Amino acid sequence: MRIVRRFRWLLLAVAVLVLGPVTWAAAAPVRFDSREELFEIPKGTWARRMAGEKIEILPQEIRLVAGARDILVLRNRDDVPQTFGPALMMPGQSFRLPFEGAAEYQFACTAHASGQMTVVVWEALSSPWARLRWRAEKVLKRVKWLEQQGG
Amino acid sequence: MKRTLALLAILPTLLLSAPRAGAGAGNSDFKSGVFDPPSAAPDFQLQGSNGSPVVLSKFRGKVVAIAFGFSYCQRVCPVTLTNLSEVFKKLGPAASDVQVIFVSVDPERDTPGRLREFLQSFNSSFLGATGQKAQLDGVRQAYGVFANRVQSEDKKLGYEVHHSSSIFLIDREGKLRALVPFGRPPSAILNDINLLLKG
Repeated sequence: MRIVRRFRWLLLAVAVLVLGPVTWAAAAPVRFDSREELFEIPKGTWARRMAGEKIEILPQEIRLVAGARDILVLRNRDDVPQTFGPALMMPGQSFRLPFEGAAEYQFACTAHASGQMTVVVWEALSSPWARLRWRAEKVLKRVKWLEQQGG
Repeated sequence: MKRTLALLAILPTLLLSAPRAGAGAGNSDFKSGVFDPPSAAPDFQLQGSNGSPVVLSKFRGKVVAIAFGFSYCQRVCPVTLTNLSEVFKKLGPAASDVQVIFVSVDPERDTPGRLREFLQSFNSSFLGATGQKAQLDGVRQAYGVFANRVQSEDKKLGYEVHHSSSIFLIDREGKLRALVPFGRPPSAILNDINLLLKG
């Protein structure tokens, strides 16, 4: 009890530091600059793959939000045709796929080792819990990406 | 007089902002996946279920919906073809401007006769297309369609073929415009075919 009293300011500061961002993440509305989630195959990808480089452009699972960020756009900037998600795209071509309802969609995708790609469309982020989960996942994704870059 | 002059002054603006008759639908109107810019749909010649060769380019002027599958398919193809059959009912007379081509991924079992019998139960105008394994492999490759033969749990069937289940939509000019992923409702397919019919 004495320890709690001794460190109460520290505990309070920690609580504010943790609860503040969590409250913000749950309360602040999520805004998207566009309804489109874009993935691009950069120029030279095929050549790099042929040289033995392992390149993953399209994640195994893509997360979208119904009514807010619900259009998947895939673009092939390479010089050769590429199978990207469910579509075979010519050089310079893009493929725009809208989603209407919240659900999990499975696609055959030869670009993935598993042969499958999943698109998860979330319900509109109208509840605090949904916003919190969405933001937490974004942070986790970012951390994973930073780890990959570092390793 | 003043009113007439004012009307004449704003006429060019009105003409420019008015929707042009026959202007193509925007990509955002489509419910399925859209290619931009669209490229020419790879042409092919296969054996038709009607006993004649099926040449894709011969259907210029019509909207073509291509589905890949096999007549012994129990889960995916019946759903796809039922959806297309629903779309045809709703199209009414405009259905005569649309051709469904069902390209086989099972050259061993899908003879023209077998395909005709299979497709008849969905819509008598649907055309089956089959051929030698190498021919069908070539068509699949051109459309980015995969097909893997796997052992079936049903011993009577022997094997089944896991395959891509999207529908390819080709416009009247022979351009591959859209790809309908499996599971989209008939209303979405109808919407897109109507857009392509309007040009």
